[in-house]
Amino acid sequence: MNVSPRRILAEFAAHEALVGALRRLRDERYSHLEVYTPFPSDAIDELLPGKSTRIGWLMLAGGIVGGSGAYFLQWFAARDYAYNAGGRPLHSWPAFVPVTFELTVLTAALVGFASLLWLARLPRLDHPVFDAPEFRRASQDRFFLAVRTDDPRLTSVGVEPLLRECGAVSIQEVAG
Amino acid sequence: MSPHHSHATLPPDAEPLVGAGENIATVEAMIARVPLAGPRPLLWWGGFAAAFLVVVVLVTAIAWLLLKGVGIWGIDIPVAWGFAITNFVWWIGIGHAGTFISAILLLLHQHWRTSINRLTEAMTLFAVACAGLFPLLHLGRPQYFYWLLPYPDTMGLWPQWRSPLVWDIFAVSTYGTVSLVFWYVGLIPDLATLRDRATSLWRRRAYGVLALGWRGDAQHWRHYEKLYLMLAGLATPLVVSVHSIVGMDFAVAILPGWHSTIFPPYFVAGAIFSGFAMVLTIVIPLRAVYGFKAYITDRHLELMAKVLMATGWIVAYGYFSEFFTAWISGDEFDRYMAVNRATGPYRAVFWLLIACNVLVPQALWWRRLRRSAAVLFVVSLLVNIGMWAERYVIVVTSLHRDFLPSSWGMFSGTRWDWATFIGTLGLFFALIFLFVRLLPAISMTEMKRFVTTGEETE
Repeated sequence: MNVSPRRILAEFAAHEALVGALRRLRDERYSHLEVYTPFPSDAIDELLPGKSTRIGWLMLAGGIVGGSGAYFLQWFAARDYAYNAGGRPLHSWPAFVPVTFELTVLTAALVGFASLLWLARLPRLDHPVFDAPEFRRASQDRFFLAVRTDDPRLTSVGVEPLLRECGAVSIQEVAG
Repeated sequence: MSPHHSHATLPPDAEPLVGAGENIATVEAMIARVPLAGPRPLLWWGGFAAAFLVVVVLVTAIAWLLLKGVGIWGIDIPVAWGFAITNFVWWIGIGHAGTFISAILLLLHQHWRTSINRLTEAMTLFAVACAGLFPLLHLGRPQYFYWLLPYPDTMGLWPQWRSPLVWDIFAVSTYGTVSLVFWYVGLIPDLATLRDRATSLWRRRAYGVLALGWRGDAQHWRHYEKLYLMLAGLATPLVVSVHSIVGMDFAVAILPGWHSTIFPPYFVAGAIFSGFAMVLTIVIPLRAVYGFKAYITDRHLELMAKVLMATGWIVAYGYFSEFFTAWISGDEFDRYMAVNRATGPYRAVFWLLIACNVLVPQALWWRRLRRSAAVLFVVSLLVNIGMWAERYVIVVTSLHRDFLPSSWGMFSGTRWDWATFIGTLGLFFALIFLFVRLLPAISMTEMKRFVTTGEETE
């Protein structure tokens, strides 16, 4: 079979309804799930399959590169333009701390923002979920659960009856 | 908790942080209404036009400065820093409350930050923008500002890394950039909400492009929340570092009145003090005009008043410490500086700052006054004035009489000094007006989460 997978997108009216549905689908061993909510939620995060984020490590790496780069810049520049201020050593490390700290923070923050875009594959304005007219409320007051049709648990009966049972107020199919 | 209790009888922690009956729909409708529908247009246009007229004054003052040079200001030897540095320190201090509220209160799990963090972050950005103007204009030849940056120039010169003034460039530019990133990251989900609620095509497109196609994917929220927490963790030492470095601009000099180890922490406390005053100055009219009293409650005002009083006492301790150190050092010049501040030609400014920063906040010992928007508004204005006076006293009285009486002098601001300073006030408030009209002044995402699950973004 060579059909590209699609999404079955179910809309829920309340946060608790979506959490209930997600728990039910997880109990039924569905794994290819996506959730779209207007705000982050600890309950959903605990139930959602998938790895935890690597963004913290990326920021740490960015900070280390930025900080050591800043220190090297000062160390190098203080030698390249040797300036004897009252006999103080050219490598006056305590005076190099503030700039090192500031550039550590700066690079970590910029790398963090770039990592968010990279990990979330944003900006992307044409994602298929936007094809569903109801999806406009995913950023407002509705909660969406998508089951991808390549989920191994999906049978010929489909997942729709189960989603209806969990309280979905609308169900439709969008591209994968 | 019975809804019949009046707030005054509840213990402080039990008093709700949002009005009764608020839910996702009401929160969003109330907050999104301002950027999308523009309620109270007469007030908005009136306020914006007034602020914009002052921006014209600023542009004129800067244009004249660029034509004539810094001689149009009152600065000269010995007082070479004058208004420019006073204004720089004042503005950058005001910015600090925004980061304090967004980052430090987030890490401390202070839920009340949720209603005010967006606005105060915007305030930070605009205050840093105003602050950044002054050192650049004060350069005399602002077209060469890039000489401050480390770049491989043909003369083989590098910045002097041992100078706090060089640290300042890195601190302030990092602070501005990180504040912008923090603010924008917080705005992305709200921009998506505005994209989806907007009715006109151009608004949908503008908000849509700015929202970067955010769709609220729970996997994205995972990255997002971690990023937000990490940025708060980074911004917390950053905010302390920035005003510490500004404090060191002074403390590293050997001048009596500047050469003091108390400067970095005392500057940070003063920054948060003046910043909270400016937050109150903005928030009190804002919540009245746009009906945000259900989100920025009297309890919020009271909590901010408490921060104001606490930081006010730290600042008061700083004043005491300066005088005590001058006395106990036995140093003739330090002692003269202290006497000259309180009784010399600038004594009126000194006593103004003591009255505004030490005496006025004592009104906040009374709960009834802490909860009165009118009283707090007046207190906040006086603290703003007092903190400007403090910076003026630190800059001017220390410089005008140093070691040798033969090199003493006097300083007073010229009309162009005042035009530039008041001009930046216009710029600041014009930007605040634009922000309130175009973007959600309270984070809808965080408020919706708070009214639904009681959780806070972290």
